[in-house]
Amino acid sequence: MASGIKDKVAILGMGCSKFGERWDKEADDLMVEAYEEALADAGIETKQINAAWLSTAIEDQHVGKSGVPLAIALRLPYIPVTRVENYCASGTEAFRGAVYAVASGAADIALAMGVEKLKDTGYGGLPQRSRGVLNSMSWANFSAPGSFAQLAAAYRAKHGTSPDELKRAMAQISVKSHDNGAKNPKAHLRNKINIDTVLGAPTVAEPLGLYDCCGVSDGAACAIVTTPEIAKSLGKHDIVSVKALQLSVSNGQEASHNSWDGSHFVTTRTASKRAYTEAGIDDPRKELSLIEVHDCFSITELVTMEDLFISKEGEAVKDVLDGFYNSDGGVPCQIDGGLKCFGHPIGASGLRMIYEVYLQMLGRAGPRQRQDEPHLGLTHNLGGFPHQNVCSISIIGRYGV
Amino acid sequence: MTAGILAFGAYIPRLRLQRQAIAAANSWFNPALKGLAKGERAICNWDEDAVTMAVEAARDCLTGIDRKSVRGLQFASTSFPFRDRLNAGIVAEALDIASHVAALDVTASQRAATSALLNALNGGGPTLLIASEKRRAKTASPYEMTNGDGAAAVLVGEGPAVARLVGSASRTADFVDHYRTDDQPFDYQWEERWIRDEGYMKLVPPVIAEALSRAGLQPGDITHFIMPGTLPRIAATIAKVAGLPEAGIRDNLQVALGETGVAHPLMLFGHTLESAKAGDRILVVGFGQGADAIILEVTPELAKLPARAGVSGHLARRKEEAAYNRYLAINDLVEIERGMRSEVDKQTPLSSLWRNRALLTSFLGGECTKCGTIQIPKSNICVNPNCNAMHTQVPHAFADKAGRINSFTADRLTYSPSPPACYGMVQFEGGGRMMLDFTDVDPEALEVGQPMRMMFRIKDHDTQRGFTRYFWKAAPAPTSAKES
Repeated sequence: MASGIKDKVAILGMGCSKFGERWDKEADDLMVEAYEEALADAGIETKQINAAWLSTAIEDQHVGKSGVPLAIALRLPYIPVTRVENYCASGTEAFRGAVYAVASGAADIALAMGVEKLKDTGYGGLPQRSRGVLNSMSWANFSAPGSFAQLAAAYRAKHGTSPDELKRAMAQISVKSHDNGAKNPKAHLRNKINIDTVLGAPTVAEPLGLYDCCGVSDGAACAIVTTPEIAKSLGKHDIVSVKALQLSVSNGQEASHNSWDGSHFVTTRTASKRAYTEAGIDDPRKELSLIEVHDCFSITELVTMEDLFISKEGEAVKDVLDGFYNSDGGVPCQIDGGLKCFGHPIGASGLRMIYEVYLQMLGRAGPRQRQDEPHLGLTHNLGGFPHQNVCSISIIGRYGV
Repeated sequence: MTAGILAFGAYIPRLRLQRQAIAAANSWFNPALKGLAKGERAICNWDEDAVTMAVEAARDCLTGIDRKSVRGLQFASTSFPFRDRLNAGIVAEALDIASHVAALDVTASQRAATSALLNALNGGGPTLLIASEKRRAKTASPYEMTNGDGAAAVLVGEGPAVARLVGSASRTADFVDHYRTDDQPFDYQWEERWIRDEGYMKLVPPVIAEALSRAGLQPGDITHFIMPGTLPRIAATIAKVAGLPEAGIRDNLQVALGETGVAHPLMLFGHTLESAKAGDRILVVGFGQGADAIILEVTPELAKLPARAGVSGHLARRKEEAAYNRYLAINDLVEIERGMRSEVDKQTPLSSLWRNRALLTSFLGGECTKCGTIQIPKSNICVNPNCNAMHTQVPHAFADKAGRINSFTADRLTYSPSPPACYGMVQFEGGGRMMLDFTDVDPEALEVGQPMRMMFRIKDHDTQRGFTRYFWKAAPAPTSAKES
């Protein structure tokens, strides 16, 4: 097997804009907001960056195609700039590009920027857009919440979970994320809610209600990466490094072959196994200090706890209701509020998660800082639909752990 | 050897608009509507039109029959979705018989179906004749009350006929009881009393008499008299003048279905066959710019015809619709706020539609000749992870397969003309699965494991370019033998 990425690349600096309805900002304003913070954190100048990756998923609603919008926004000095898109895993893909560039020796210092400006559509939720010529003629008329909502039906059927019990666990997931988001000044949604708020909300796609769905936000997040050696030479002592970067992409088997039951993510199970091997993790439930997962919908977060092998299959409901994933629980999940409350500017989301894990590792997360000293954190993105999707996993931790 | 009726079938949409709801909404304007407010009328769901109903009626008609035997397809309607695109061609592709049939649209008169039936009976290979109608009517008009949406089909040809032609007559007259032109969405009608006295009463009885004479029959020899029409007591009045037995007058299904236009003579014919006995003689009249009278005699073959839903089965498959406003909205009779999500461009690239017609119109998937895995869509590389063989798949039909729901939702976010949009993963018996739109479902009754069947429906309307695109959707499988 390949030796993997573990400890080959360090994060030199990170930045993240405030997420939310940024009516007064363009995409380039958001990118610069994240970049200024990352640049100051890294302690370098723009001219030291050798290569850059830009992630956006719904670029036709804001910056348009190519790497040019990033190069212009940051006035990058004619370096290689690549735009990547891989559904909601786009942000992690930009990070992967930058990290691999450094690991290969092609770049000493590389930048990953994710941005999305989603609030120019005129309506709530993700934009309605073309899916490709043949897909538009043959795919069901599904929305994002409608495709993920089906996890609940299949999960109930498989585990014999009652609709009420599942709905309560899903509600607790959202309540927990609102509790956490309230402590985060950059979060889109900072209000606390209770279970009754969730259960009483209007239905979006059965059984998901309004509070089972994450916010759709404007925002940008940025990472600057280099080798641990260069980081040290630039005066960094507390080094946070990349332990694993994995991606798994559906090949049509879930959608067309009767081997999948619809209650879990084949991709997440595949990618997380590989990531644990790459990072040298044997027992994620014990070894991970915190996780940031793709909670686009509450039910996604619930099944993901099992797909990451942290909850046993069929036991996520119990772990959630026991508070195992609360900020003071065994493995805090969405300690920054998650997609649910920090917000979900698609191209930026993967980088936002890495940003949070990075802050936590350095003890810089302020009032939401994990109390037990963290060593390893995992981020997880899902793009697409449960029956065909892209899953990305990153594991970030203290150098040498 | 003369041609006869080899099989019959029907389709009636599941929604039944309650006439009381029409009257309640409109009698402030036209109190006379209260007099018509009895029973219910069949109305299309938002995703049905004359083409989709024709496909379902044809499938019902072809129950137990080798589709490869069909040589001709005639499609009669005055409410075709396309003016210049062979509507019968869409039906033929959906039935997966297009490559070997001659197909023809027949239109422009309420007796288009009976005239086409006579043509078919007069020779040629097995011809599938389908009549389907979804007529628009102005809000608060009597026709909104009396119309019904539906389709009926007969297979005509030489062979073991369930009913054979014993006599017929036709007459053509430019009698304009109503008309509709290219640029007008609705019919314009003349006074009912004049239509009755100068139209039906003067045009129909002589044609019946001539048909009887050609068949060598007396009026008393007719067992069943099929006389479509919504004028009060029109069938009884004609029967009296023509000397036909009063007991043989067939129910025109006005109370349970409504008048299905061009389809109605065949609809009533199918309904009659469902209870007819060998030796019964059926007189079918079509009226519209003249009249056709067709006398058919039922044979012992009728009892051998495999069970089908037919008219009675589809009448039993019903859901009462009391929301008159929904009827207005799904028939574009009111300008409803559809929301910005409805504004997505729904252009259909016609080159892609043609290239992908096996999947999109005929609903064919693939069968891997190496490992036997059934899959849809058909692909270059087998989806079975233990096979993945290249270029091994042959076409495999999915339209008539039974399936079960694997996962589902009822979605109120995505745009649907009749929310919530219900859809989910459907797993087919014998292999294959697909994430599919559902139609004709009760959202609150959906469950994992629920049996489903496939139906040909409208997928999207491209309002910008006036194009309708079709695809297959999953509907609940019949729950009783009666609905079959």
